[in-house]
Amino acid sequence: MPLWIFREYDRCSGCRYCEVACSLKHEGIIWPEASRIRVFEYVPGITIPVLCSQCTDYPCVSACPTNALSVDGTTGAVKVDEGKCIRCGNCVEACPGRIPRILPHKNAVLICDLCDGDPECVKVCKALGFNALIAVDKWPGSHYKLYARTAEEISKAYVKKLYRIDVEEVM
Amino acid sequence: MPYGFTGKFVEVDLSSSKVKVIDVGEEFYRKFLGGRGLGSWLLWERLGVDWEKVDPLSPENLLLILTGPMTGYIAGVRIAVTGKSPQSGGTVGSTIANEVGLELKTSGYDGLIISGKAKDPVYVFISDDVIEVRDASKIWGKGIRETHKLLLRDVMPELRKIPTYGEPKEPAMIYIGPAGENLTRISAVEGKYAHAAAYGSYGAVMGSKNLKAVVAKGSGPLPPVYDVGRLKELLYKAIELVPKKVPRLRIWGTGQGPWRYGRDLSSIPVRNWQEEYWERETYSQYDLEVYDWVKRYWADFGCPLCCMKVTVLHRNGEVVITDAPDYELLAYEGSNLGIYDVRDIAHLIWCGEELGFDMINAGNVLAFTAELFEKGILTKEDIGFEVRWGDENAFIRLLKLIASKEGIGKVLAEGTYRAALKIAEMKGLKPDEVFKYAVQAKGIAIGAHGIRSGLDYPPLSYVTSVQGGDHQSVAMLPLDAAPVVNEVWAAFCDSAVICQFNALGGWDFVFEALRAITGWDTTKESWVNENAKRILTLQRVLLLLGGPDVYWDPRIHDDNPPRFYEPLPSGPKKGQAPAKADITKLRSEYYRALGWDEYGIPTEETVKQLGLNGTEGALKRIKNRLNIG
Ligand code: SF4
Ligand code: SF4
Repeated sequence: MPLWIFREYDRCSGCRYCEVACSLKHEGIIWPEASRIRVFEYVPGITIPVLCSQCTDYPCVSACPTNALSVDGTTGAVKVDEGKCIRCGNCVEACPGRIPRILPHKNAVLICDLCDGDPECVKVCKALGFNALIAVDKWPGSHYKLYARTAEEISKAYVKKLYRIDVEEVM
Repeated sequence: MPYGFTGKFVEVDLSSSKVKVIDVGEEFYRKFLGGRGLGSWLLWERLGVDWEKVDPLSPENLLLILTGPMTGYIAGVRIAVTGKSPQSGGTVGSTIANEVGLELKTSGYDGLIISGKAKDPVYVFISDDVIEVRDASKIWGKGIRETHKLLLRDVMPELRKIPTYGEPKEPAMIYIGPAGENLTRISAVEGKYAHAAAYGSYGAVMGSKNLKAVVAKGSGPLPPVYDVGRLKELLYKAIELVPKKVPRLRIWGTGQGPWRYGRDLSSIPVRNWQEEYWERETYSQYDLEVYDWVKRYWADFGCPLCCMKVTVLHRNGEVVITDAPDYELLAYEGSNLGIYDVRDIAHLIWCGEELGFDMINAGNVLAFTAELFEKGILTKEDIGFEVRWGDENAFIRLLKLIASKEGIGKVLAEGTYRAALKIAEMKGLKPDEVFKYAVQAKGIAIGAHGIRSGLDYPPLSYVTSVQGGDHQSVAMLPLDAAPVVNEVWAAFCDSAVICQFNALGGWDFVFEALRAITGWDTTKESWVNENAKRILTLQRVLLLLGGPDVYWDPRIHDDNPPRFYEPLPSGPKKGQAPAKADITKLRSEYYRALGWDEYGIPTEETVKQLGLNGTEGALKRIKNRLNIG
């Protein structure tokens, strides 16, 4: 069964061990901006982990002009064919959360590949005892896309929820 | 370049807005690591000849913002801020938990050297190859929360300039508030609302340069490491080691301190250290925990421990957003001012931090003022209102006066030591009659750990520390004593630039991590006998050079504040105080252990042995001033 990474914002400490673990696995070095999960902190204390939501209709995959993106049949992750990616940014624009990342130093777009079913970020977050990221079975349903939002949008909502303050005062 | 470093520094001259990127040779990294150690060396190299004449608040001073070899890789990201200190006239390696350390390194730089003074308020922006001095006139004068927001708004569009690249993360920033802008000697460099590089008062150094903030965002990787596989193992080991070894820090932070240090160990400051024991039940992190923590965990990059929590208080239309106060501030804005309600304390801390104060040094000044008022040395006429123990509003009014240097605020803005001198002069008193109430060492407030009960900090702690009252870097014998706050250990953490708490994994763990990152075979022995002695000796030389307004004489100033010789008036250790003769003896032992002479001046042989070439002349300058040998 495909899996999905549940993200519990309340439990996220902002320790970024997930970014460390992800970039060590995929890039062989600590590289926070190249991590496929990135934790945003626009407002101090409001730490928001953001990663691909594996939308059931995969708008990024449809938007790619070169077929560089495809869906992994087992995990449901978006797979990137690095040779085909032309860094046009269409997937970024198509994603409701603008989650794919194109870096000046990289040849292809970066999208979470769910570590072929055993995500590093989930393991490390668990080892830390924060459990903000939990791997769950991806049951059929289209609601997963709800989590594909920009860090800015989620942060604003969280500022209101946690701090009960006018967003304009802090962001 | 050695592994773990970028090998490059950014130099920004604010007088001319000129920017340059320089290389620092490997030798200096090996000798001093980074942060506090390397900073002291850079300061010596560039300002050493005229050290005594350099006014820390003049354009001649340098502001150094430095990473270390371990920054970003392991155990809680930090950045070290240093320069000639407006408090001690020496150097303090003041560190703050902040991602500026990470963003500088991922931009390709190990640190920033800032010189001169900008004509108008500016901030420095660094993002990969872009290094800019930018207008901050709209942000100048603003409190911390507003500053954070305005900088974010200023910078984000820039970082998003290529929309097809996707969303960049927020930049990291460190900034000052009005207390720093107006050059109070008790101001901090702050970040993320509630974090601070406090001791040393580098907020004022930034202010003196018209520098409101440093903002950084890198998009590259951290520099390559020597053994990435081992590093990965150690990152997991850190999780096993540190939070498991000291779970209390994960659960409460240091907020459990008022009971531990106040009731159990009799070492908390109470009403300007008149007592070190108290009995009020409401005074702990507990009330905040059950009513006001909105978030239990709040860590900085790479921190497995996580000692911070987020506290939100809604009071009279104000929304206080801060971390759960740590022990130091619970003590300094709490019992030391006669305030025992944690929510009042959190509110007062927030008010002070919003203004950009170092709330240990500012808290020390507030208590000093309240005691002078109590003793009738300062009157209502001098201050404009009464300052009584427990009166939170009076303390807030006082903070505002200090931040804007109005009335008595102008005197108090100088910090406890200098204010004592001025008040003695104002009142026609002998300095000692006011120094009696000044609980500081070498111009720096003493952290909230007393030495009188014998249950907490050892008696030598603040006597010979090269960072004065800094409670996180105190003198201890033997030199390799394990506690984290030992100066030898602190010099490591502040030079490798990592969090002291995360170094609780122990000597073996940190040297293994240093090896995985740099490939160096540093051992505990080599650290203690070579690097640490080198760093402490160099800091000692700069401290004793001092100037231009205050100078230290080891025979007088290598001592505890007078208050610490008054017997404790209450608690289980009632009547206890150290004997002066014991302190003098310990002091001599410490000098000997470091290779300093009987006056605490490093010997020529020692500086040669440590490779502190060129400092011999400085030793002569110190001796001439003190009229010895
Ligand atoms: S590892 Fe977990 S707690 Fe830490 S930043 Fe990532 S999601 Fe948050
Ligand atoms: S969240 Fe974004 S990147 Fe992930 S599947 Fe949906 S559109 Fe694609």
